[in-house]
This record gives sequence, structure tokens and C-alpha cells, in this order.
Amino acid sequence: MLRLPPLRYEAPSTLEEAVALLAEDGALLAAGGSDLVPNLKRRQYPTARTIVSLRRVADLVGIRVESDGTIRIAALTTLATVVEDSRLPKVLREAAGAVASPQIRNQGTVGGNLCVDTRCDWLNVPDTWRQAAEPCLKAGGEMCWVAPAKKDCWAVSSSDLAPVMVALGAEVQLIGPDGRRSIPIEQLYRNDGMAYLTKTTEEILTEVVIGPHAGLRATYRKLRRRGSIDFPILGVAAAVRLDDADICTEARIVLGAVASAPLRVPTSEEVLVGRTYNAETIAEAAEAARKLARPLNNTDLTSRYRTRMIPVFVRRALEELG
Amino acid sequence: MRSEPHLGIVGRAAPRVDALAQATGRVKYLDDLSYSGMLHGKILRSTEAHARIVAVDTSAAKALPGVHGILTGEDLPVAFGLLPVSQDEHALAVDKVRHIGDPIAAVAAEHPDIAQRAMELIEVTYESLPVVTTMTEAVETTEEPIHGDGPRNNRDREISLEFGDVDAGFDIAYHIREDVFFYQGNNHAALEAHGALGVVEDDGRLHVFSSTQVPHYLHRILAKVLEMPESRIRVTATPTGGGFGAKTDVFSHELVAGQMALITGRPVKFVLTREEVFYAHRGRHPVLMWVKTGFTSDGRITAMSFRTFIDGGAYGSYGAASLLYTGQLQTITYRIPAYRFEGVRLFTNKPACGPKRGHGTPQPRFGLEVHLDKAADDLGLDPVTIRKRNLVSPNTVTVNHLRITSCGLTECIDRVVADSGYLDKRRHLPQGHGIGFAIGAYMSGAGLPIYFNDMPQSEVMIKVDRGGGVTVYSMAADCGQGSTTMLATVVGEALGLDPSDLVVITADTDLTPVDLGSYSSRVTFMAGNAALEAALKLTDLVLTAIADELDIDQDAVEIGHGVVVAGDREIPWAEAARIAEARWGLLVTTGTYKPPKDIKGDYRGAGVGPSPAYSYSACVADVKCDPETGHVSVERVWLAHDVGRAINPLLVRGQIEGSVHMALGEVLMEEQTFRGALHSGPSLLDYKIPTVLEMPRVESIIVESIDAEGPFGAKEVGQGPLLPVIPAVVNAVHDALGIRLDAIPLRPDKVLAALDDLERGGPGRYGPTDLPDYTFRSPLRVDPPPEAVTV
Repeated sequence: MLRLPPLRYEAPSTLEEAVALLAEDGALLAAGGSDLVPNLKRRQYPTARTIVSLRRVADLVGIRVESDGTIRIAALTTLATVVEDSRLPKVLREAAGAVASPQIRNQGTVGGNLCVDTRCDWLNVPDTWRQAAEPCLKAGGEMCWVAPAKKDCWAVSSSDLAPVMVALGAEVQLIGPDGRRSIPIEQLYRNDGMAYLTKTTEEILTEVVIGPHAGLRATYRKLRRRGSIDFPILGVAAAVRLDDADICTEARIVLGAVASAPLRVPTSEEVLVGRTYNAETIAEAAEAARKLARPLNNTDLTSRYRTRMIPVFVRRALEELG
Repeated sequence: MRSEPHLGIVGRAAPRVDALAQATGRVKYLDDLSYSGMLHGKILRSTEAHARIVAVDTSAAKALPGVHGILTGEDLPVAFGLLPVSQDEHALAVDKVRHIGDPIAAVAAEHPDIAQRAMELIEVTYESLPVVTTMTEAVETTEEPIHGDGPRNNRDREISLEFGDVDAGFDIAYHIREDVFFYQGNNHAALEAHGALGVVEDDGRLHVFSSTQVPHYLHRILAKVLEMPESRIRVTATPTGGGFGAKTDVFSHELVAGQMALITGRPVKFVLTREEVFYAHRGRHPVLMWVKTGFTSDGRITAMSFRTFIDGGAYGSYGAASLLYTGQLQTITYRIPAYRFEGVRLFTNKPACGPKRGHGTPQPRFGLEVHLDKAADDLGLDPVTIRKRNLVSPNTVTVNHLRITSCGLTECIDRVVADSGYLDKRRHLPQGHGIGFAIGAYMSGAGLPIYFNDMPQSEVMIKVDRGGGVTVYSMAADCGQGSTTMLATVVGEALGLDPSDLVVITADTDLTPVDLGSYSSRVTFMAGNAALEAALKLTDLVLTAIADELDIDQDAVEIGHGVVVAGDREIPWAEAARIAEARWGLLVTTGTYKPPKDIKGDYRGAGVGPSPAYSYSACVADVKCDPETGHVSVERVWLAHDVGRAINPLLVRGQIEGSVHMALGEVLMEEQTFRGALHSGPSLLDYKIPTVLEMPRVESIIVESIDAEGPFGAKEVGQGPLLPVIPAVVNAVHDALGIRLDAIPLRPDKVLAALDDLERGGPGRYGPTDLPDYTFRSPLRVDPPPEAVTV
């Protein structure tokens, strides 16, 4: 069994204490730890010194559905809780249910999944393996093994919930040294495998808020080898609103696991909005998605295959909403 | 040894004798063992694929407080290997490392974290050498061979055999077909990682516990490498959390655990990480193969030529046998009047391959069964007919001198074909939905031991105590297949006792007589026969004593359920045992098993393939394929298996279902692949095994041919059922989409590649076309046995 490196473990009871602890060098946030712990065991965070767990902080668990339909999910609510809550939209429950395995969903949280670290075949391996390859950029090395000509990290955004939340137009609440702020979730992510979140390391995501969404049709499709356990190697979240004449008035299409952030696909959205929602426009929108993403060979199956699946998965998602 | 079961103990579907302990977590696996003062070991492994070791500096590690022992290659200089012909490994690298993960040094410390830190402090200076990662490179590279420096380059073993006149067989053929196939290598992925614990007992003897399938071979190799007499070493095989062949070799950590205990005087435990399991490997060989077969117009085989290139990785391991297995067992399902087999095992700078469930035969079986499917199409025959026209008959000898006895293959075929509706569904299911068929066969134990000797391959001892308690002693290691339950059932049937009332002591070199180990599907046949012989001797002692005591004829006395029946009297077993002990003294009997000598030919290579009996299987698989994504899902599997006699039908079914699961992994997704010499992902997240969601309903059909020599007529079931599943799925994908996947696993991208080929007007094929540029030496010509078939 791989063992954890020497670490200090802190479980403060208030967010303020947690924020203060996170300001220390080498502090890492744990919101369930189902991804953090194996990453630590593989020595992916060479500078890690302290784990700040949120498990003792009050009021970070629970789901509220307000009278206008607004949904508020506290960050430490487990994925299993989301799967089981019949008040929530089907797309959310299915996306949460697509994460990992039943056991991990009992431990993993909504906040943890939204902030889950980016992944790469050259990174998420034991350090003994990485020594044979020389560490990559994100592991503290000098080069990216996936795209050696570039000086960027291409680790993959691997959250199932993130594309869905972007498609639903959710907002996230953050708390940091300067107090609380709220941002559209789309602005939480940055297409950079190393600095993949825009929030500062001291900031804690406390809540995700999905505003009123009556009439919005949404779905999520996940590509992976097996029906459980696997991270997405392509995720497609789609949300559309149709009027009485089947004209698409609003469309949000978001790809997961093809870049270091969830990617909106404006080219596909533009195809749909203002036009009749039918097989022809769906096919056109699906084809428009192909051009946007450039997945690399750093997760399961080949990049060529994953690229080829983008229009197929977008089309199937959109067909489901018709 | 045949004996008729009449008490209903053999043949009853009962849970394993250890089922409750397993299900409630009471079984102690290697990693559950703990001693006070125990040290924790770690092995430092190579980060280079091929390099000379210039220096290993352990001084900083030695100076770390809490470190008690450090070993490097020079401390254990004796070379070893499981096969006498492959003595090419060292416990820790001497001079050279040959793959990433090759063991270099070992540390033992008071805490696992200290051991980890000490390992990190060891400095290795390497001098890099040219790296060979593919079979083509292995054939072509002449500088710095992975082993030795002779003219053999990276060739480990080569075989070239011809039985009968193959060219003449092709000359008379109406149709000749050739195909090239590739079967990717894969790992056993047993859930329990390997581990070993060395302890110096009070009397100064070394005791090594190990999660091994082969305590006897470990005992021998420990004695060799540690340079101690076997009498000073005790080996105990702990219950394994899955073996599948992974634990049939002897590994660095086992030898090092022993030596470390000796030098520190303290118990030392080593448990591998999952990454290390992938480096220890000994899994399925990647095999590139070519097959050419001649047929008459009605589909009878006139001749076959089979060629295999097998990627052995960095060491010999069982490879000399693995290579022969890729060629020798084609003849036990089909009558092949003339047969040529050429094969070569090549060294590459990757973890060593070895035996995995089906050892060397799933790869050629895949090729052969897909090849026959194609040939059936060529000849306008259906896949069942072409096979039935070529099936072997019971009690015949094959062209390569293998003795076939019981054979329930026809019944297996008829049952799966009828139950699945195969012939009606084939070519009539909707696009994307298909059905496929294939057959297979396997050995019930290898005919020859791994090291040459004339001693029995299995020995069993039975002892009865004064309370009537019966203890069975056997070195057979239960690797999850249920061999302990088998022993209890065989002895229980003979003595009229419930298997769960017997005590079975297994897999301990101090306590139990030799059994060669849990490999080659040998345990039920061989240890079962030895146990039956010992039990029948004991029965005889008891019945004679009772007859004498009552002064009646021995024919009037027989074994009943928990009693000895003597006319109208029923004497409880315990009382009968006391009467017998008073008559004979201590009640101890022994039984042994050694395969008959006449089951093999007399040529170089004849030692691999013979078995006292072969099991037979047939499979139909129903699959659904998504032509847009290339995703293949197996919806249902029918698997009929000729097990001779089902000693415990529940365990037989368990082995069939487990084989189907493992086969689906290999055909759909499992692959041990490399980026250069780097493992593609040494974890159970990256190495894909089907989950319960990918597992279809399995219709297990048990066929009983009642073998004349098996215990109560039994043969093997642990490995054989895996074989036909893989080609049945590939053939089903052809029925579903019209494509031919001649390389497995059937990754969705490969399925799409074949569909693209079809769309472009090609044959709709994905697979290799060329073989490495390699010239085999001219074959050793072997006359077929006089009784072998001719065309």
C-alpha cells in the first residue's frame, strides 16, 4: 500500500480558522479527500505540509430548495446525498451519480468534485513511476510530457458536476481573507492544468447556487470505459430552453474532460438559438462542437477517438432534450 | 483414480468449507500477520529500463535511525529461476537491471515510513544501455543483449516442430486460409498484492510466510538462494486473495524477506504496492501469431501451420513452457493430420511475462477459433458444422502424441448451441447485435513436474484422532479456487463424513507432504486422487477392523453417513475409528499421485502439453455494439464445461463465472501496455477490469464425462472455461457489425477503425499484417503416432 507523506492534519470548526490555516505555506484543503488522499500518496504535492479538513465546520452540509426554485447546495454535501434528493433536477442527480463509485460518492462532496484537481496520465501515477520518466511540469519538473514543445500544463478537468453546473448557470459562494464573494461558476475555472481555479488558495468554496430554472431542459452524458469508477474522458452537459413553437431560445453546451477547464461551446449554442429545435439543427450544432476542443493523449483511450466522440455525444445529448 | 460416489457428498452444491470465515473477514491473509518487533521492508526498484549498475550507495540509508537491515545484489549472488532452463534472475540486481521496476536493494526498518525514507536515500549510479521494448526490436537488436552476450541476442527460446507431412497436407487441400492475429498482454490483477514475511523461529530455523501458490517451489528456491539446507527452512503459504497464476513464480520479496529476517534476527514483512505487482507481473504474454490451415471442400482440416512470436519481457520465468503452450494444445480439440509449430520467445526490457489462467493457450485459442470462423465463411459452412467435422474423439492420440481420454466436447457444443438458439440467431439479429461461438480445451495438470524427478506430484496424508476427528494434510495451496473444499469433499465422500467436519491442513512444508502447487489446473486431479487413495486405504482399515471385531465378512460392512454399517447395526464413526485404532494402532494413511508415463511423446518439447486428462468447453456470447462509439457490451454468455464430474457443482459454477469475467476483461479492455519501457498506468484505476456493471448473465452448463482416471471421474474447471469466451465475443462482434477484430482487446477505437475500413470498401478488419523478419530453424520432424488420424 502507498503511504501518505508526513503531514499535519487540521480540522477547524469555523471557516475563518480554515481560511487562516490555508494561508500557511503548503496548506491543502480537504472536502472529503477521496481524490486528495490518493494524490498525496502518489506524492503529487511535494510542497504539501498541512491538510485542512472542513469536516468539523458547521453548516457546510445540506441542500435547500427555495420557493422560487433556487437550489442551494452546501459544499460538503456528499455526492450520494445529491443522488438521493428527489427535489433536485434529474441532470444533477445523474451527474453526481456518474462520479466514481458508490463508496466514493458516500465520501466525496459537491465542493470537492467542483474543485477536483486536474488529471494527467503522466501525473496521477506513483512517484516511483514518475522518477523513471522525470517529473512533469505539474509534478515540479521542467517539461510537459504530453506536449513537450509547449510550456503549459494540459492536465484534464475531470469533474462531472462542473460542466453541468456551468450549463445550469450556477454561481458559487467563496469565502476568503477579504470576506465573501459570489461568482458565476464559469468564472471559477481557468484553462490551465496547474492553476485551474481562479480562486486564491485561501478561498473556500462554501456553496453552489442554482437560480430559478423552470423550463430549462438539461442533460449530461459521460464517456468512460466502464459503467462505474472511471473519471470522464469526455463529458457533455447541455441545457436548452424551447418556446411553444419549438424555437430554441437559450442553449448552453459545455464539454468536460477535453481541456483543463469545462469548455462552453458557443459555436454550437449559436447554431441552436433562434432556430427550430430539430434533427437538422441538432446535427449542425453537434458538428460545430468538433472544432473547438483539442483533447490530448493524456487520459484513457486516444485523443483522436475522444475528439471523434465529441459531436456524437453532443448530438445524443441534444436529441435527448428534444 | 475412479471410485463411484454413492453418499451424495460428492456432487452436492455446498458452500466452501471456509465460506463463513472468508465472508466475515476472519481469514488471515499475509498482510494480516503481525509479530511484535516486526520490521517493515521496502524494495528499491530500477528507474532505468536497461542499465549497468555502476554503484549502489546505501550509506545514508544505513545511517537513518530505525533502519535495521539493507541488502543489495552482492548479498544474494545466487541466480535462480523457476524452470531449470531459466536460471536468469537474482533476488536483487547483480550487475544489470533489465526493466523499470527491477529490484535493486531492500531495506528493513521499524516503521514503514522509515523504510520508505531509507529507500529514497539509496543512491544508484546507472550506466544506461540500449533499450528494447518491442519484439521487432528484439529480433533486430544485436548490441547489448538483455541476457548474456552470445549469438542468441534477445531470443530466449525457440521451438520448431513438424508432425506428419504438412506440405503434403496443404497440397491436397481444397482451400487454404492464412491469418495473422495479435493478443495483447495483461496482468492477473489479483486483489491481494503479493507479500512475504520472514521469521527466525526459536530453534533458529527460518520460517517464510508468503501469499504463494507454490510453497514447494518457494522452499526449494529459498534453500538455493539463501544457501541453506531445506531442512532449516519452513514455508507456509497463506490464503491468497486471488492468484490466477500471479503467485506461481518465486519473487525477490520472498527471498529478501527470508534473508532480512536472518540478518536482523527480527520478523520482516514485505507487501508489494499495486505498482510493484505490475512490475513483478508474470502475466499473459503478448502474442503475435500466424496460422495457415488447409481444408477439404467439406471443411476437414488437412494440415495446419502455426507460428507464434511471444514477448517475454526481461526474464525467462515460465516462458519456455509458455512458448510451447502457444503451439501444443491446438490438437486436443481438432483432428489435425499434419501439424507444424514454430515459435520464439523474445526478451524485451519490460516486466517478465509468465503464466496466467490458461497459460499460453488463450492467445492461440483466440486466433484458431476466429480463423475457423472465417474459414467456415470461406467454405459456406456454419461455424458449428466446421468444428464438428474436425472434433477429436475420446480415447485417441493426437498427431503430437497427446493422449485424449474422456471428451465431452460434442455435448458441450450441443448444449450451448441449443440453449442459446445460436444457429437461428446468427445472421438474423438486428445490426449492432450479434452472436458468436467458439470452443476450447485445457489440461487437468501438467504431465511433468517442473524439475525432473520420479517422485509423486501429489502426496496426501490422513490421520484420525481418538474422537474420530479426521485431519487431511496436503501442500495444495488454496488460491481461491476451493482446493481445500475439494480435498474435504473427496475424503468426506470416502469416509461418509461432512466436508465441514474435516480438518484440512494445507500448504505448509513442515506439516504437509508435497504437492507441487496450484498451477496448470492440477490440484483436483492430482491432489484429489492422492486424497482419494489415502481415504480409501483408511476406509479399508476401518471396515476390516469392524468386520474382525464383529466376526463378520468384510463385504457385509460399508461406510454410511457418519457411521459404519454392519448388517443391521450402525456403528458411529468415532466408535468405529476407536475399534480400528485398537486393531491397527495409529490410524494414518497416505496416498500419492503420479501421472501415467504413456501420455506423452518422445521428442524435444514433448514435455509440455501432456496431461492425464483434458477438460472441454464451448461458449456462445451475445453482444451489442454501438457502431457510432465502437462500444461493445456483452449481454449474455452460455458456457458449457466438461468437468468430468462436478465434485461440488457450486464451486464449478463459481469457476465458470470467474473465468467468464476474466475472459471478458481480456477481450474487451485489459491490457498491460507501455510507453516505451514505462508502464502505461500501474494502478487499478488505469488498468481497466470489468466492474459488476459490465458482467452479463452467465448460463453455466456443467457437462460430466466421468473421466476414467480422475478422482470420482473429475477433471479441471479453474482455467478451461476462460478459453472459448474470448473468440466467441470476437466472433459475435463480426456477426453484429461485419467487422473482423484480429487484435484484442476490442477497444472502441479499434472497433471504429475496422468499421472505417469497411466503409472505405476494405475488408472491415483491424489487426496486424506482418510478422517480424525472423527465420526459424528447420523443424524437428516427428512421426505421428501410428494410431493418429490421417486424411
